[in-house]
Amino acid sequence: MVKHRLIACLLWRDGLIVQSVNFQHTNFVGDAFTAVDFFNTWAIDEIVILDVSRDAKKRDLYYKIIEEISRRCFVPLSVGGKISSLDQIREFLRLGADKVVINTEAVKNPAFVTKAAKMFGNQCIVVSMDVKGKSKEDYKVYIENGSLATDWSPYEWAKKAETLGAGEIFLTSIDRDGLRQGYDLELIKGVADVVQIPVIASGGVGSWQHMADGIEKGGADAVSAANIFHYSEQSTKKAKEYLKEAGINVREPEFYKILLPREPKYII
Amino acid sequence: MTIAIINYKMGNLRSVLNAFESLGADAKIVDSPDLLSSAKAVVLPGVGAFKEGVDNLKNLNFVKAIEVEVLEKKKPFLGICLGAQMIAKKGFEHGEHEGLGWLDFDVRKIAPKDNSFRIPHMGWNNLEIKNGGGRLFNGIKDPAVVYFVHSYHLVPVRGQEKYITSTAWHGESITASIEKDNIFGVQFHPEKSQNTGLALLKNFIDLAYGKT
Repeated sequence: MVKHRLIACLLWRDGLIVQSVNFQHTNFVGDAFTAVDFFNTWAIDEIVILDVSRDAKKRDLYYKIIEEISRRCFVPLSVGGKISSLDQIREFLRLGADKVVINTEAVKNPAFVTKAAKMFGNQCIVVSMDVKGKSKEDYKVYIENGSLATDWSPYEWAKKAETLGAGEIFLTSIDRDGLRQGYDLELIKGVADVVQIPVIASGGVGSWQHMADGIEKGGADAVSAANIFHYSEQSTKKAKEYLKEAGINVREPEFYKILLPREPKYII
Repeated sequence: MTIAIINYKMGNLRSVLNAFESLGADAKIVDSPDLLSSAKAVVLPGVGAFKEGVDNLKNLNFVKAIEVEVLEKKKPFLGICLGAQMIAKKGFEHGEHEGLGWLDFDVRKIAPKDNSFRIPHMGWNNLEIKNGGGRLFNGIKDPAVVYFVHSYHLVPVRGQEKYITSTAWHGESITASIEKDNIFGVQFHPEKSQNTGLALLKNFIDLAYGKT
């Protein structure tokens, strides 16, 4: 049986990783390189990194960072933020990304998802949706870093994204983001029930139990968190141990030793 | 160059190169069929659709060159994901298409017994070793847990089960790896399966360097 995945989400802003509350950035944490090394070492199953920069001039640096971190990341690496062309996708894959995450452009130009899926394979295309609303009846999908409401309900948009060719849905509650009160389980359940592709829960983890809830009550295939993994030793490994103890089917929480990139020196 | 990673314009080539480099192997991404003869082993990675993959291999004139190295000179070959699927006789992704035909397998959509199994089969899964596991699984802890991402898989035809070295369960038995002589194929992604995947690639490197 395929296991539930533990995913670390990194928000990269102008060169550093930031924390976020309701999509407002609160503080800088450190560099992406260190974060990816730690999470790889500490039993993470997958890493998602999103460019949330405000300074457009930092985009070139983002490409360089992706190339650097992919060299030492031997779990799947999904790269997103401001992706709006097939050329960008090709470039991220060339630099070592395994999947790309598309959000705003998918809503603005749905045919782009289909083209991308056709060219790079469905499994490569993660559609990310940010959702906000007072009750489940008025949940709406937001784009442009959560700043602009669309007419899409998350359920309809998730179904549409699947039809367009998305291989996976990355589902974030804007209202829950950073508040440490747990995922919006109703939202996750609603979306997971209407699509056949995997759903990743995101937004609001304040305890490891919240991640277990996302899987057991929300029906998520994979659980993602960001803030909670920073500033503590072995955070992702502890999360994994907790999920395993709770009886959830996860990959063993074992350490991984990073092999530094080096020149070929395999000598017989 | 010892290990040639074939660039046929599809898939996560760089991840595969990164993995081989981290193990200290002398691997290169190869854009031209002419360069294959100087390699000791050939890796065909890839994610994407079956027909596009085979068409790209043909259009870039790789098919003949790979077959000379692998089928005639018997150099170790590793197909990963789509790279493993394309060596089958037939693929049934968006219609019926001819593969390279090295092994009598069909590439068919995963058909789980109920819809609690999501498609794509995406994530880490346990492997069940078959037929002794073969040389790639030398020294690898059982059960091996590896990363999959695919919607189609290799289905054996007429007595080909004996070439299956591991399977995984996703609402039906999924062919996870195959071995026939110098030909190896894995449906999962060893380059993204951390300890286990890298250990498996190390076994392939040893084969390439003639250490086993």
